[in-house]
Amino acid sequence: MSADQLVTPTKSTGPGLVGRLTGPLRGGGLDRRFLPVIGTIVVLALMFAIGGSRYENFLSGRVVSNLFINNAHLIVLAVGLTFVIITGGIDLSVGAVVALSGIMAASLFQAGWDAPVVIPMIILVGSVIGLVVGVMVHVFEVQPFIATLAAMFLARGLAYVISLSSITITDPTIVWLSSTRLRIGETWSATPSVIIALVVVAVGFYVLHHTRFGRTVYAIGGGEQSAQLMGLPVARTKVLVYVISGTCAGIGGFLFAVGSRSGYSLTGVGMELDAIAAVVIGGTILTGGSGFVLGSLVGVLILGLIQTIITFEGTLSSWWTRIVIGALLLAFVILQRLLVIRRRH
Amino acid sequence: MTTPAPAVEMTGISIEFPGVKALDGVDFRLYPGEVHSLMGENGAGKSTLIKALTGVYGIDSGRITVYGEPKTFSGPAQAQEAGISTVYQEVNLCENLSVAENIMLGHEPRRGGRIDWRSLRREAGTYLARLGLDIDPRSALGSHSLAIQQLVAISRAMVVDAKVLILDEPTSSLDAGEVAQLFAVMRSLRDQGVAILFVSHFIEQVYEISDRLTVLRNGQLVGEYLVGDLSRRELVAKMIGQSVEELSALDAAVPARSSASTGGEPTVKAIGLGRRGAISPFDLDVYEGEVVGLAGLLGSGRSELARLLYGADHADTGQLTIGGHSGRLRTPRAAMKLGVAFSSEHRKAEGIVGDLTVRENIMLALQADRGWARRIPSRKADEVVAKYIDALGIRPANPEALVRNLSGGNQQKVLLARWLATAPKVLILDEPTRGIDVGAKGEIMRLVAQLAADGMSVVFISAELEEVLRLSHRIAVMRDRTKVAEITNDSTTSVDDVVELIASGGRS
Repeated sequence: MSADQLVTPTKSTGPGLVGRLTGPLRGGGLDRRFLPVIGTIVVLALMFAIGGSRYENFLSGRVVSNLFINNAHLIVLAVGLTFVIITGGIDLSVGAVVALSGIMAASLFQAGWDAPVVIPMIILVGSVIGLVVGVMVHVFEVQPFIATLAAMFLARGLAYVISLSSITITDPTIVWLSSTRLRIGETWSATPSVIIALVVVAVGFYVLHHTRFGRTVYAIGGGEQSAQLMGLPVARTKVLVYVISGTCAGIGGFLFAVGSRSGYSLTGVGMELDAIAAVVIGGTILTGGSGFVLGSLVGVLILGLIQTIITFEGTLSSWWTRIVIGALLLAFVILQRLLVIRRRH
Repeated sequence: MTTPAPAVEMTGISIEFPGVKALDGVDFRLYPGEVHSLMGENGAGKSTLIKALTGVYGIDSGRITVYGEPKTFSGPAQAQEAGISTVYQEVNLCENLSVAENIMLGHEPRRGGRIDWRSLRREAGTYLARLGLDIDPRSALGSHSLAIQQLVAISRAMVVDAKVLILDEPTSSLDAGEVAQLFAVMRSLRDQGVAILFVSHFIEQVYEISDRLTVLRNGQLVGEYLVGDLSRRELVAKMIGQSVEELSALDAAVPARSSASTGGEPTVKAIGLGRRGAISPFDLDVYEGEVVGLAGLLGSGRSELARLLYGADHADTGQLTIGGHSGRLRTPRAAMKLGVAFSSEHRKAEGIVGDLTVRENIMLALQADRGWARRIPSRKADEVVAKYIDALGIRPANPEALVRNLSGGNQQKVLLARWLATAPKVLILDEPTRGIDVGAKGEIMRLVAQLAADGMSVVFISAELEEVLRLSHRIAVMRDRTKVAEITNDSTTSVDDVVELIASGGRS
């Protein structure tokens, strides 16, 4: 993918009529929009450096591969949420949708349905829930927080209705998907789930940066009223971002079911918060208008890497993961605030 | 100007908001190849008429035809498709995106569904060049001044190949050179047959550029005139609904600059007050009953100075004494306690609360001053609100109307009422007359002069030097974020003197 659009250094404007007016503004340097993402990448690099210096075998293909394999579902969720958060919204329903589509898949397979029917169906369930949320948010002007909270309860409740206990999946397609390992070189490997997740990232990136729809998403985050007055299709776009987030949640549920080879109505409790944390750590600003899918991918990797480091450490309780995530999240939110505050002056 | 069919014809347009009859049976015609100015005071219905035409507001009754075809637009997107493009008074662009993107949003050149970024930037560059704008299309819009953003908004309007171009107060944040640039573009578009609807409070500009005028008052049509048929004086009279004679009386009522005594201790005394990156250290005294004007170009540090006096920004250096009390102002609240009131130039963002009523907006500062625990009795509140609605001529005179439904000028008056209700000792007015019509301007200036005569200390900021000269006892001249000169405004001081000081940086 071309990095042309990502790295655009701002040239300082020349003097003259306009130069006089733009004079007191910052000139040169890197575009400020990329600062949060650059911060994210620096953190990731630092963590690799720290891990590599403290533990043997840390800087290996296996560790990195597992990072992707264990977090494939979270990557997909984060991509969907990136769309929503760039418009200035939020989606709290994705964790519950993961559980719903997982348990639906498991029970449909148990009933003897075939994979080519079941897989599109459980992804579509996510899309439909996203559509309902989108309509609530746009047509009825319900706060996204409340609309998606309602959707969260709805999806979780439906999951419980389908089954309270965990159901193992024995469908041959799922078994194949979960047991296949694609070896790349000596130590690197990937699963089909990783491939799917990376395809979702690539599609997300393409849509956000190379389509009118994607640019409208940013415009809405920059100012919904402005976007409206500019004649952009605000209504359609706002509904669609929730459909995208719901669809990604459906795909995430599918990947999680593949990974665990089961469906369980209690999975994914709090997963939406992990995904939101990944997006924010990835440099997307919660008030909207700024953020990148690739940043969210890096955000997920950082979350995974924290877990990995704590596993390598061995003596620390795994709950330290949460503490570190909390601290990082705070640090990034403060960084964003500083950027916003400085921009005002 | 004998032209065939009108580009736009609006007949009997009425729109009602809760508590406000915004438009009442207004007719309006706009012909291809003309610049047509829509004139009226704030609240006359100019913006509402424009929003009715562009589909932002639905009309309650009436008919709109565009090139002979009846149309009802349900939104700006549809209006744009029909060739009607609008540039609004408040820049409605996305600061988070680049200049090029803002120009091309929704019209991005595509190759196989994919945005072609290279030609997007090139096309945006050509539109910028047509307005003579020399900025990097890739730079973030938010990094440019308001004036540049306004010109970018106009570039954007060109993209749709508009047959009808609506410019709602496009010049309020532009300087003379930029206005000339804009007018050149407008003339060339007009000569290409574009119908241009122009709204401006600058009467000179209206006379310079327009072919025809339509005057509105209180949501009703006053009349349509050829520019040559109507003198400036008559126009103003029609706008405010008073005869020319009454108007002269109003002019005389604005007190001429007087020489206030500068004896005793100043109410506000700033010594070496400054803030790094915002304004270099300055000294400033404001005495009781004195109006100190701040003159300077946009971005010269006028607002920054005012914000320091009010504690909205923290000073890094210097000392500030207000009413004998010295020390750092940490918050606007501390300034309020000392009797300082500040009306921001950003009316929408830092001033009024659109979703509250006129009454609630006026009472805000007074209530905050008393503390939240001590509610103001509603009878007393009614009195205060009624007094200021009456004194400032806030229209509609309905305390329960939502402020966001009011026109810009009336919102400004509500804001002023809010601060006056707290009976401040020091009143800082940052651009209180921007985007306000002649009548309201006169009223506000008369009010300020009266307040000063009653002993209030006033800091008055305006981009219009005539206003500063008319009101101020002393004038501080700002340039490049530095106070470069201070002059006593006596009968010999002229606008040219101030301009000279700004240009020379006070070194002459």
